[in-house]
Amino acid sequence: MSGAFRIPSAGRLKQAKTARFSFDGQSYTGIEGDTLASALLANGVHLVGRSFKYHRPRGILSAGAEEPNALVEIRRDAARRTPNVRATVQELYDGLEAQSQNRWPSLSFDVGAVNDIASPMLSAGFYYKTFMWPKAAWKSLYEPRIRQAAGLGVSPDKPDPDHYSSRYAHCDVLVLGGGAAGIAAALAAADAGVRVILADEQAEFGGSLRFEAAAKIDGQDGFSWAQAAVARLSAMDNVRVLSRTTAFGYYAQNFVGLVERVSDHLKNPGHDLPRERLWQVRAKRVVLASGAIERHMVFADNDRPGIMLAGAARTFLNHHGVAVGRNVGVYTANDSAYSAAIDLKKAGVNVAAIVDLRDNPTGPVIDEARALGIEVNFGRAVIRAGGKLRVNSMTVQPKNGGGERTVPVDAILMSAGWTPSVHLFSQSRGKVAFNDETKRFVPGIYAQDCVSVGACNGTDGLSASMDEAYAAGAKAARDASAGDLGAKAGKGTKPKVDASESWSRGMLGAAPGAGPGTTVKAFVDFQNDVTAKDIRQAVHEGMRSIEHVKRFTTNGMATDQGKTSNMHGLAIAAETLGKPIPAVGLTTFRAPYTPVTFGAIISHARGPLFDPTRKTAIHPWAEAQGAVFEDVGQWKRAWYFPQAGEDMHAAVGRECVAVRTNAGLFDASTLGKIEVVGPDAAKFMELLYTNPWEKLEPGRCRYGIMLREDGFIYDDGVVGRLAPDRFHVTTTTGGAPRVMNHMEDYLQTEFPHLNVWLTSITEQWAVIAVQGPKSRDIIAPLVEDIDVSDEAMPHMSVREGRICGVPTRLFRMSFTGERGFEVNVPADYGQAVWEALWAEGQKHGATAYGTEAMHVLRAEKGYIIVGQDTDGTLTPNDAGLDWAVGKKKTDFVGIRGLTRPDLIAKGRKQLIGLKTKDPKVVLEEGAQIVEDPKQAIPMKMIGHVTSSYWSQNCGRSIALAAVAGGRDRMGDTLYVPMPDGVIEVEVTGMVFFDETGGRLNG
Amino acid sequence: MLLIRCPYCEEERPELEFRNAGEAHIARSADIAGDSDDDFEKFFFIRSNPKGIIYERWRHIHGCARFFNAVRDTITDKFVMTYKAGEPKPSKLPNNSNDVVAK
Amino acid sequence: MAKAVASKADTAVLPSVERRPALAGRAASGPSVKVEMLPPAQRISLRAPETAIAALSDALGVALPNKPKTSAAMSGRTALWLGPEEWLVIDEAGNDPLADCAKVPLLHSAVGISHRNVAIAVTGAGAAATINAGCPQDLSLDAFPVGAASRTILGKAEIVLLRNGPDDFRVECWRSFSDYVFTFLSEGARDAAV
Repeated sequence: MSGAFRIPSAGRLKQAKTARFSFDGQSYTGIEGDTLASALLANGVHLVGRSFKYHRPRGILSAGAEEPNALVEIRRDAARRTPNVRATVQELYDGLEAQSQNRWPSLSFDVGAVNDIASPMLSAGFYYKTFMWPKAAWKSLYEPRIRQAAGLGVSPDKPDPDHYSSRYAHCDVLVLGGGAAGIAAALAAADAGVRVILADEQAEFGGSLRFEAAAKIDGQDGFSWAQAAVARLSAMDNVRVLSRTTAFGYYAQNFVGLVERVSDHLKNPGHDLPRERLWQVRAKRVVLASGAIERHMVFADNDRPGIMLAGAARTFLNHHGVAVGRNVGVYTANDSAYSAAIDLKKAGVNVAAIVDLRDNPTGPVIDEARALGIEVNFGRAVIRAGGKLRVNSMTVQPKNGGGERTVPVDAILMSAGWTPSVHLFSQSRGKVAFNDETKRFVPGIYAQDCVSVGACNGTDGLSASMDEAYAAGAKAARDASAGDLGAKAGKGTKPKVDASESWSRGMLGAAPGAGPGTTVKAFVDFQNDVTAKDIRQAVHEGMRSIEHVKRFTTNGMATDQGKTSNMHGLAIAAETLGKPIPAVGLTTFRAPYTPVTFGAIISHARGPLFDPTRKTAIHPWAEAQGAVFEDVGQWKRAWYFPQAGEDMHAAVGRECVAVRTNAGLFDASTLGKIEVVGPDAAKFMELLYTNPWEKLEPGRCRYGIMLREDGFIYDDGVVGRLAPDRFHVTTTTGGAPRVMNHMEDYLQTEFPHLNVWLTSITEQWAVIAVQGPKSRDIIAPLVEDIDVSDEAMPHMSVREGRICGVPTRLFRMSFTGERGFEVNVPADYGQAVWEALWAEGQKHGATAYGTEAMHVLRAEKGYIIVGQDTDGTLTPNDAGLDWAVGKKKTDFVGIRGLTRPDLIAKGRKQLIGLKTKDPKVVLEEGAQIVEDPKQAIPMKMIGHVTSSYWSQNCGRSIALAAVAGGRDRMGDTLYVPMPDGVIEVEVTGMVFFDETGGRLNG
Repeated sequence: MLLIRCPYCEEERPELEFRNAGEAHIARSADIAGDSDDDFEKFFFIRSNPKGIIYERWRHIHGCARFFNAVRDTITDKFVMTYKAGEPKPSKLPNNSNDVVAK
Repeated sequence: MAKAVASKADTAVLPSVERRPALAGRAASGPSVKVEMLPPAQRISLRAPETAIAALSDALGVALPNKPKTSAAMSGRTALWLGPEEWLVIDEAGNDPLADCAKVPLLHSAVGISHRNVAIAVTGAGAAATINAGCPQDLSLDAFPVGAASRTILGKAEIVLLRNGPDDFRVECWRSFSDYVFTFLSEGARDAAV
């Protein structure tokens, strides 16, 4: 037996397929096809949670995504703990484990419920008023307590073991919502042959046909028709049908985000299936068929477990075969709740009374209810519900006052009417319009190529909805597809409605008994514990705009985003303000429609796919040698190569000495490389770099500086001229993409007359720097066709030839101050050539060195690193590189910026060297520099350390710094105040090793 | 994600392939070195930042790699039109491109 | 001072260095799709104004396409339109397009990028779905027919996409992005049956 409240004759689930599950440790049995909510109700469980603020006992309000109360934690294992799952959405599987939330120590006895008694202190806006004094208590007392108490559910604390997938999809017509209207629209479009996607958040299509027992379409009951129609759509090649899929966001140009819940409903999801799939759909036309959401009645203690929406009770009965009580009361302001009473009565449930706020309504459902012997009361209100953990009575009173009568019930079904779901329409930037007659906001002005059909458009009645939807689907197909396909749209067989239910409008706002002047807890927003009184108080305290009322009371701000509460809240505010509803306005609907997991949004972008990790062709060799790597942008670069027993300091010291004593091999492959080709190549280089290039001879290299238009250093690198019309440009590792973009920008938009083209060759060439006195001895035996003697190939030259039998662009250049070469070989040969050079190097005492030693060696020579020693505010002059600016040039990018008044003013920060008075002390990079360490704090800072290292070659620490007027301070003593004392430094030149530069030339 | 019509690829392509490149039709002087401080300030620092129609540059960086110009409404985010780099600022904008569609 | 020029005789005894293509031989598969590294190929980035297109087409033996998002193929050589005046020429027959272009005296730029790019084949009924896991373009046959080619995005990497057949794509990316792109496509392939 799958629960005492299961009615075997009702519903569509197959009783044979039972599923065991637990809630708060207690075991129950349900049926496959149940939601957790229907399975709990089948077992007579209504109490499922505690409210957010007052910790009031709460039950199940709805049967769908709008659920504000029944939020539970679903636990598959220690890592798979999902909080705030709506029990009305979670499908049951065998073995499901659920826990209630927001209660301690237990659901039926919750200490936090003291808040309910203390509620006068927790009224609307209490956040803004209560914790103002004493001020000091905010950080130590209030904030920690509030943070502990706030929030719903507990976040999982382990990495998510599931995987999520994503898909971009395109279609002609996207239909959102798979009820009768959505299916009709999809049929009309699909029969034309255009690409259609139909999505619905439920496991099964049909929407309200799940509970509208009287609906008949094409000779079948409505729900069966829906299943058959969707089966036909699914079989069509041009249609994609997505169930369990929520359209959560409607973005610009018909770009819609949907989340498909792939495996949360499965007992054993396995490893192959993603948990969820993110669909990012671009549709030519969108058909919104998102239906309507029933509103509750606002009366005192309307939140007691057992009080729910009438339509939800019908779903539980007609779809799941579950009676929500044995003796139910009905409180309504429209017709649709009568159908719930009728269905329950026919299924054998006692209906104690229908209380209808309207005075003298008429209609077939009212007649039918009476005919079934149900007591029907007009012009009366339920002013109060009895019971605490479960409703046990309703107190009825004539709506204009009079004698009270208490009717014992174990459930109350309520309906204040239906609110069109304009969420996605509003997200599309469409403007809603208020229909004064029906008291509904419906789509008004469209901002995108979409159309609303059926209940979400305010269209009443099944037949009218489906007619409208079918026509709209056909039109969408025609508009999306100009050709033959469009012409066929809507030429198929339109579904025919044989029978449907009656409809009437409802009411908005608080019902009698919760009207002005009362202090009862008549809830408007269940999840955020906002009562009718709170809304009125917000207005009394000066809130005029509905946006302010929303923020002051938090009405509509919970995870359900006010799906049931917004209209009531608005109506109460309008009434209190004495204004018509449209004058008060509607809050903006924002994505997501329902909460979306971070997993789905992140999708593939985690772990190795979080960001590309770029590795050079030589990386495997360095890895095998035990190199320690550092991240440089997306690149992994060998930082240093520790030998047995070495720490970083020892390894870097050894590497630095080896380079200057013998030689070192360094993987420089990550340097950006751009090939500049064309007859105007030199002209282009003249414009993009400060240096002169026209007279650079083929075969020679030059260190180039690139500025932005403002005159500040942007990048630097060595450029080799391979031929009159061909340059091989290098950039910094991190600067490669932006330098390429900068060059393309000028070439395409400022200098388009130049005949020159740029090609990134960063990854074409692996680069092996061979540096040190023995560097030539190492490369010489492996090089063909190139004379590498000093005479034939001096410092700053480039040759093309072969090395180890493969093509090379061989540069004689140095970033160490030693005789050096940079061997460029096609990337796939990089590691093999490195290994050959390494073998040669072993004969000469060479070492492999990493980026740290490279940094130290260049600092010993005073070579700057753009982005470390410069920060986007240094000119070539500031950096001591004035020599690299062509004085006779009349144009280059940055030439005008360089003469701006502030850039030529005295006292600018200039790069200089620093030597600590105590040579063993290594300064901290970024440390500030002052003239007088005894001055009062805050001291006047005159500069900062940009680079600082221990130099084994110099036997002391060295540093570079940017200091105001630095070059005029040579020999001065300055001070670096640090937390544990002031460090004395002497201002020096930037070159610490081989000042004359003789070693460069061997 | 926006769809942007690339005037070189002659079709609308997803925004992910593009990168904004700032305001358009700001000419770099042929004799920039001779510009006054005021002229340089206007050229380099001053941007219009309008509410409404903006003329701006985009690059189809992960597509055809071309820079081009676009007219966009900063209120609705809608592109009014796009045109090739070097083409003059359109003297007349197409009608209705920013009107919301009443249905 | 060491004699710095290696003679031909020396080079003859040099160990020949082997080519080590990125991710050589890697393959993955999903329910309806295979993702495989393709062997090395010759590639150039070719840039040329209108005036040189005919001569370059003759020299290359393949007509350089001038319509956006198209390609042309002949005898193992494929030219992909990437942008105005820009083509990616791929030669899978072992011939050297760089040498062919060098014979054309007209204005153009040809730069060798054989090692810059690597290629991954994505084949099978789920090929388009696999790529659409991270590529935002419409890959329906109407929008991206056989022969279509485009530079675009896959996740956080730039790729060049070429459709060789309804269920047959070639994905080119830069060498150091190959691990990311291959892994991304493998992940996409797991979910390509849908």
